[in-house]
Amino acid sequence: MATLVKAAKAEGTLNVIALPPTWANYGAIISDFQKTYGIKVNSALPDGTSQQEVDAVKTENGTAKAPDVMDIGMSVALANTNLFAPYQVSTWGSIPTAQKESSGLWVQDYGGYMAVGYSSKFGTITSLNDLLSSKFKNAVALNGNPTSANAALNGVMMASMAEGGSASSIAAGVSFFHRLKSAGNFSPVSATGATIKAGTTPVVFNWDYLNLSSYVGVSNWKVFIPSNAVLGGYYAQAINKNAPHPAAARLWEEFLYSQAKTGGQNLWLQGGARPVEQTAMASNGSIDSSAAALLPAVTGSPTFLTPSQATGAATYLATNWAKAVS
Amino acid sequence: MAVAATTKTGARPSRAGRRLSAPAWVGTVPFLAYVAIFLLLPTGIVIVDALKNPNGSWAFSNVTELGNSLVRGYFIGSFKLCLISSLAGAVLGAILAYAIASGDPDGAVRRLYLAASGVLAQFGGVTLAFAFQVLIGPTVGLLFHASWYYSFPWGIALIYTYFQIPLMVLVFLPAIDGVKVQWREASENLGASAWQYWRYVGGPLLMPAFLGGLLLLFANALSAFATIQAWENQIAYIVPQQISTALSSEVGLSNVNVADLLALGMVVMVAIVMTGYALLQRRAARWLR
Repeated sequence: MATLVKAAKAEGTLNVIALPPTWANYGAIISDFQKTYGIKVNSALPDGTSQQEVDAVKTENGTAKAPDVMDIGMSVALANTNLFAPYQVSTWGSIPTAQKESSGLWVQDYGGYMAVGYSSKFGTITSLNDLLSSKFKNAVALNGNPTSANAALNGVMMASMAEGGSASSIAAGVSFFHRLKSAGNFSPVSATGATIKAGTTPVVFNWDYLNLSSYVGVSNWKVFIPSNAVLGGYYAQAINKNAPHPAAARLWEEFLYSQAKTGGQNLWLQGGARPVEQTAMASNGSIDSSAAALLPAVTGSPTFLTPSQATGAATYLATNWAKAVS
Repeated sequence: MAVAATTKTGARPSRAGRRLSAPAWVGTVPFLAYVAIFLLLPTGIVIVDALKNPNGSWAFSNVTELGNSLVRGYFIGSFKLCLISSLAGAVLGAILAYAIASGDPDGAVRRLYLAASGVLAQFGGVTLAFAFQVLIGPTVGLLFHASWYYSFPWGIALIYTYFQIPLMVLVFLPAIDGVKVQWREASENLGASAWQYWRYVGGPLLMPAFLGGLLLLFANALSAFATIQAWENQIAYIVPQQISTALSSEVGLSNVNVADLLALGMVVMVAIVMTGYALLQRRAARWLR
């Protein structure tokens, strides 16, 4: 570790990409890393997508500007493992086996569960079917088009599971949204922080860490996760195999996976995201328990879509989604 | 002074004549190069890529995708939205332009309307959608709340008219300004009614400009993307929305070649509309020949 810190300090710089400062506490994570190690962090394209991160690694390959590390969605990670360098952080043992590539090409970092965020003016939601009642007229929105956006696809899948379907079939979710549309409660409007603040989209399906009242900036905002439909989605870290600052990249990973009070895992937790080492940290006592207590409560063990389940869902949506809700 | 001027202009034709004997087409080179780089080249790339598969070999069977009922639906959606919003924008814009032209040509009202039209014709996209959503939202609104106007195509077409009408005012006003008041007086002196004036004099005079404006509005609506995307974010109704999905789907449905094929379909759609326009225009402009 001491040699790594020394080498990273000698490089002096770290290039990160697509890390919005308000997303999962990245603003604090970047500034804490800079302060702790005196390494300058260049944050490119903060609102970029996972695909744009990978594109930047390819197009800027060999230049000093190329991203050193990536924080990407699983479908993009699995499709681009040839761009990554394997690395196992010192807390490797605390990461569940299913959430990492065995050599460390990619390692899941933080994530959350699909949740319904809603304005407290509606009272308390206890079941997804509550959303079919007339008080939710024009109110219920997904975060994007499920044939295009991963969060929206998972929103429909979560509804499917809550309606008694399994992760292998999204049909029950599509039929739930069809009923929502027939009831006049489905809203096609693009939900953003601004539309939530204005009250235009008072009910939004989105990942719980993007659906917290602190994140959307509305105080009367509640979150609901159906007990029979805990659907998880995690992002993954990967190191560019041709990183211009290889030591700084590895030190950054050590920082992100550190269980220290001021380490990345607790910082993500303070941003409302669920760090991948959460279970291990809860049992060894290193977790920031007050931050953990603020997460939406869930009952039941989480489901994660396998690549083939995700593809099957997308294929079904491609032909059936538009018909169900237009 | 007058003498000097005469000599100068007298000398000019021979000089200009000499210069013209240098290849006249040289002056068109910048324009042609611009057209080649920014219109022909991208169109060519779209056509070629539309007929390939993702690993780069030819796949002419891609074209059959255009017969897919879902894909046909996007083109029908685009056509409906463009037709409704351009007809409504052109008719209402023309009436508004006529009202402005009948007023004082140097008056404050005219200047106000022109300035407002110049701004509002560019007021589209997310800002326009958000302004509507806040003012007349689906669940709450500063004025009132309603949901009928985010129906497709009528509701979205209504929102589109917000930038279509001002654009029509801008392009149609010069044509109306060209209509001389003496023509109206002459036809009234000859005993024409208001209807006859518009049917035989005013209408035919303005028709070519009106059709040109209509075409511009149609193309304007066809390429608009951000406005409808902010509004109909979870369902694709029109071709540009589906191109976006084909380019950037995170869930594995992206296919650049399908995006190119859809873009090619839009080129064909514009070509058909342009042909119809040319035929109509030829008929409307008969009296000019």
